[in-house]
Amino acid sequence: MPGRAMIEAEGLVKRYGATVALAGVDLSVPAGAILGVLGPNGAGKTTAIRILTTLSHPDEGRASVAGFDVTAQPAEVRRRIGVAAQATTLDELLTGRQNLEMIGQLSGLRRSAARQRAADLLERLELTDAADRQTRGYSGGMRRRLDLAASMIMMPPVLFLDEPTTGLDPAGRLGVWEVIRGMVGDGCTVLLTTQYLDEADHLADSIAVFDHGRVIASGTPSQLKSETGSARLEVTLSTPRPDAVLALQPLLEGEAHISHDGRRLRAAVLNQEGIATAAVRALDRAGILVDDVQVHQPSLDDVFLALTGREAAEEDNANELEAATA
Amino acid sequence: MSVRTIGIDNARPAWFGQRLREILVLVRRNLIHILREPMQLSDVTVQPILFTLLFIFVFGSGIPIPGGSYTDFALAGLLAMNLVMSSNGTAVGLTTDLNTGLIDRFRALPMWRPSILIARSVTDLLSALVCTTIVVLAGLAVGWRPSTGVISVAAGLAIALLFTYAICWAFGCLGLVARNVEAAMSIGFIVLLPMAFVSNAMVPTQGMPAWLRVIADWNPVSSVTAACRQLFGNPNPSALIKDWPMQHPVEAALIWSAVLLAICVPLAVYLFRRRTSD
Repeated sequence: MPGRAMIEAEGLVKRYGATVALAGVDLSVPAGAILGVLGPNGAGKTTAIRILTTLSHPDEGRASVAGFDVTAQPAEVRRRIGVAAQATTLDELLTGRQNLEMIGQLSGLRRSAARQRAADLLERLELTDAADRQTRGYSGGMRRRLDLAASMIMMPPVLFLDEPTTGLDPAGRLGVWEVIRGMVGDGCTVLLTTQYLDEADHLADSIAVFDHGRVIASGTPSQLKSETGSARLEVTLSTPRPDAVLALQPLLEGEAHISHDGRRLRAAVLNQEGIATAAVRALDRAGILVDDVQVHQPSLDDVFLALTGREAAEEDNANELEAATA
Repeated sequence: MSVRTIGIDNARPAWFGQRLREILVLVRRNLIHILREPMQLSDVTVQPILFTLLFIFVFGSGIPIPGGSYTDFALAGLLAMNLVMSSNGTAVGLTTDLNTGLIDRFRALPMWRPSILIARSVTDLLSALVCTTIVVLAGLAVGWRPSTGVISVAAGLAIALLFTYAICWAFGCLGLVARNVEAAMSIGFIVLLPMAFVSNAMVPTQGMPAWLRVIADWNPVSSVTAACRQLFGNPNPSALIKDWPMQHPVEAALIWSAVLLAICVPLAVYLFRRRTSD
């Protein structure tokens, strides 16, 4: 089904009392693609997932998954999706294997098939050693992986993963990314939410940035970067030249920073093609010798800041700041 | 690796077979819970033994029963009381499940939602069976003897279990409206204690004040108790009471059970849907 949208949403609105969780969200994910939904806590990411997975009814708008309307044909949707919610949804008193076998059988697998798939997934997610222990003794990372396994038990065509790597250590995150890529390699369509910009950058084919219940920007990671962020230029001069800033002025966005020795210069520049060439030419015309020039493409952090006027993870930054000043 | 194909299983099992499988899988899950935390079973193991001994040896010494021993009189009452009290477990079990993320997982599966409720009630019926066995064994140990045949005794036990099954659905409804386990438990006991005690279960109702006696004689627990006494061939002072349920205790117990089921099963399904949708 190339090109057909496996996940589609139009004008989704969801209110909880006076709080507007979603204020008109449109999404479209073609078959076999990964959409990264990016946004801070409370942006509406989880609400969108709950609606798309039939757990919640939209107040306005419509959505379909694998071609079936989520409100009119929820049973058909449920047969085609796997869900890993943000809060872990395991049975604490059952072992990892028992959890997977139970979910497999409740999804319609025969006992022997459920057993086989549970064993395969436990191996794929490196949980075989812990498979026969009760999940209440699992670490955060093991829970995430078991949740992921549970969402994949039916090998569903569409996967919804709500913050699949939150709380994991870097190795755990890489492991989960690997598994998600594996699923997509098998033909699965994935919608995942994340607060981590680098996660969206690494995994997603396209990104929807949520803020206050709206999609405030969408596109491929590189589109988003080139549309919204400015690039950062760093040049090192052979000798200090105060007139370098003047020479570069037409390319700059905002103020330039010059190092103490007067040789290094940092500034935001227009993110346009040939920016490095243009910078070197401008300096050359002014008779300034350049030892080194670097252009850094904007990160999604820069994009988020540009879009919302806030840091993506304000709390983290605040903590870091506190730690630094303490 | 054999898990490699994405897609939906087209071999769709028959509706009824799949529902049955769901219920069995969930009952099995509930039984694993009991195995992991056997104290959950104290309601139907330790408590019945304790009640049997307490009532028979403490109360029994002071309550004269016309036409028989207190032990023979008390057993049917102990059975009804213990079974009714244990139905609080349904409320607690459901509330516990609802407060975990697991219900959300179930809700996104292509399963039939009422399977969750039915599995709960079947599990509670199984523990009621344990409770019944313990009460009967404890009764036999302290001298209780039925004076009718096996079939009649079995019919009495079956009526008690049917009523328990019905009352479990009523307490399931309570579990579905309670905010948390503590609330479910305390509301449950506020309802259960008067229901178990304002009845003919442990004492003949003849000695009660007139207004209380009316309540006691129309209490479904009294009907079940009287039905069991009649079917066990044990002393049944309520047979002298003119009120219809005491004259026809078997019919009354069956009607009470049917009415409770007819109201509480659809109500529980409705409450479950309401509780788990937003």
